[in-house]
Amino acid sequence: MTSPLQQKIKITGPSVVTANRTADGVVIWRTGSKGWSLDLADAAIVRTADDARALLAEAIEDDLGAIGAYIAPVEVRDGGKVLPGNLRERIRVKGLTIEMPVPA
Amino acid sequence: MYAYDELDRTLLNERVSEFRDQVKRRLSGELTEDEFKILRLQNGVYLQLHAYMFRVAIPYGTLSSKQLRQLAHVARRYDRGYGHFTTRQNIQYNWIKLSELPDALADLAEVGIHAMQTSGNNTRNVTSDQWAGVAPGEVDDPRIWSELLRQYTTLHPEFSFLPRKFKIAITASAHDRAAIKIHDIGLRLYKNDEGELGFEVLVGGGLGRTPFIAKTIKQFVHRRDILSYVEAIMRVYNQYGRRDNIYKARIKILVHELGIDKFAREVDEEWQHIRDSALAVEDAAIEEIRSRFTYPKYEKLPHMPDELKQAAHDPLFERWRRNSVFTHKAQGYSIVTISLKPIGAPPGDATAEQMDALADIADRYSFGEIRVGHEQNLALPHVAKRDLPALWKALDRIGLATPNVNLVSDIIACPGLDYCSLANARSIPIAQELTRRFANHDTANLIGRLHINISGCINACGHHHVGHIGILGVEKNGEEFYQITIGGRADEQAQMGTLIGPAVPYGEVADVVEDIVEAYLALRDSQEELFVDTVKRLGVEPFKERVYATR
Amino acid sequence: MPLVKNGHIATDVFFHAADGTELPGDGAVLVSAARFLEDPEALLKRGKVGVIWPNNRDLDDLVPYLERLALVALVFPSFRDGRAYTQARLLRERHGFEGELRATGQVLRDQFVFMLRAGFDAFDVRKQADADAFGEAARRYTVFYQPTGDGHLSALHRRNQLRHSESAKP
Repeated sequence: MTSPLQQKIKITGPSVVTANRTADGVVIWRTGSKGWSLDLADAAIVRTADDARALLAEAIEDDLGAIGAYIAPVEVRDGGKVLPGNLRERIRVKGLTIEMPVPA
Repeated sequence: MYAYDELDRTLLNERVSEFRDQVKRRLSGELTEDEFKILRLQNGVYLQLHAYMFRVAIPYGTLSSKQLRQLAHVARRYDRGYGHFTTRQNIQYNWIKLSELPDALADLAEVGIHAMQTSGNNTRNVTSDQWAGVAPGEVDDPRIWSELLRQYTTLHPEFSFLPRKFKIAITASAHDRAAIKIHDIGLRLYKNDEGELGFEVLVGGGLGRTPFIAKTIKQFVHRRDILSYVEAIMRVYNQYGRRDNIYKARIKILVHELGIDKFAREVDEEWQHIRDSALAVEDAAIEEIRSRFTYPKYEKLPHMPDELKQAAHDPLFERWRRNSVFTHKAQGYSIVTISLKPIGAPPGDATAEQMDALADIADRYSFGEIRVGHEQNLALPHVAKRDLPALWKALDRIGLATPNVNLVSDIIACPGLDYCSLANARSIPIAQELTRRFANHDTANLIGRLHINISGCINACGHHHVGHIGILGVEKNGEEFYQITIGGRADEQAQMGTLIGPAVPYGEVADVVEDIVEAYLALRDSQEELFVDTVKRLGVEPFKERVYATR
Repeated sequence: MPLVKNGHIATDVFFHAADGTELPGDGAVLVSAARFLEDPEALLKRGKVGVIWPNNRDLDDLVPYLERLALVALVFPSFRDGRAYTQARLLRERHGFEGELRATGQVLRDQFVFMLRAGFDAFDVRKQADADAFGEAARRYTVFYQPTGDGHLSALHRRNQLRHSESAKP
């Protein structure tokens, strides 16, 4: 298996690093202060491949806290609001696009 | 049902305690994720978009009511109150916590249920016909042999780190409900001309990005030799299957690259060394396994009881009976398929409440037994015909009497991008929209048998290649698109569908499917000609013309 | 890297002679397959010899020398690569190899049971903690579904025995 760090990293716009929390699997984002947050709004935004690689490397180092870290695109609106950059990430942020069989 | 003995129970408990230790070491940092991943996969634990997913095996699709209640308990206690039945006789929970998994496994072990090898590069859950043991015309109950293989493949010391996953399915009927031709090994139990029970062995079937229909490697393997023959196949595969490229690692690629004849010679050479080893299956061992399956004591009941005659006046009952109730080997009894495809709902999902209620219903009407089929529906295998009207009402009360089994809204679908980290596109909302389009029962009935299969990516968990209509989600420039094939089938005449034209965007899929169905209704030579037969007779072109003429 | 042999942490008596390096004057040596096959007779004459056999090479070239080899080391380049399990069983069960059968490479605690069942009796263990836990890991399972050459009866055979002993009762 190729480590995410050995893969070529290219980003086309503002990006974040996201993963799932090891103990319970919930979606988390890497913050600028070497931690994780449950809120995309707290995520560190990177804009170059080098910064993305560095943020990902630091995230992967936390093997105990998080699994499956990767770089994901985001959209930064005027005023700084951060939105997920594609459908997959929208689903990870907002949940299923369908109703659950049992209402939450 | 197969009742575990002390040995089965001991092994399962040992497995749970091992995994508890492994989870503990992972959460304390002793194990890295790289080391742990394969261990969790071997216990059915994936990482999906929102959480861990937990896949539990339902070997050969047989459940007791007690086991179904425990599945409901796990849904309620450790998950969000529902589960998803898959195309390989498993149930998946979507929101499980790693830290709670050992407890969930321990709860399941209490009723003889496990998640061993429901993922990972090892032999997966051995699947079979969901009507095994009750379908008319079977030469033997294929579950006996499935259980033999379940035991043989569980924690196999040589084959737990294969090049890739490995799936085995068994049927004992002329009509294949277990889709054996799309498995790594497909086994057809039959009697040869001398009246000896044995197997036709098929190898190298599979879907995914390089789909293949399995080929017959040996026309007849005596029952005594089945384990040694399977071991020979697996040993050749373990040594020579490709490990350099995950997309070329399945046995189907090895069989394809060597050619079936050369592959068969390799297997045969290996087999000669081991066929008289401790792997030889004595009939006494089979009878021992058989003795731990419980078979109901059927009453002598009339073929057409009064209850059924009376209920026949109710058109709602009749339309349910016509597509849900099937012939049983015992007179006066029926097999009842329970649709998990209500209009507008995710295919294959059941809530904990439904599972509990169904367990009670099974106790009352089906000798406490429930089956799970690869079409993502459930079945009650031993229903007295006189009970059918009462059963129908009981099922209807819990939303499980949708009269659409085998009809166009009885859709197979993978979880797709709503849940799955591999998916490129969503599957469930496509299925939901299609069920709404075809919600009118009379229309669906007019269309007749038609299987739509939907996968959210090329890995084909929704078996799109073998759907009469297959729908495959792909991603194009960040948008969801869907390729549509027609003419596939998964039964004894298994074949891959043919692409009908360019992929269409999310919003147009249901329209295209409607057009295909309309084309079929115009093109079929009679009401009896099924969709898939019309495609076979006319080919794809006339459908293509009608569907793409206006696009 | 700790060596576990016959269930206990042991000293490795084999000198691992890398390709192209000089062999010690005497004592047990462990060499690559390529080095061994260059001149097997010369090596075997000097005493205890072990060979590291790659997991993608057929055993046919090794089989003629098995009786005179003290050690065969099979390789797990990654713990995910299971080819050496097949080689181990073939060496033990088909070719009757009775010398030391050593697992090398990425050898971790959670594979010990499989390796033992396949016929390994020595382990180059990656982590000290895993070596320390060897006994516990090796004893974790008491029921086995498959017959292999490790001496454990499969569940099917145990049931069979049980049946016979019950039917023999008066």
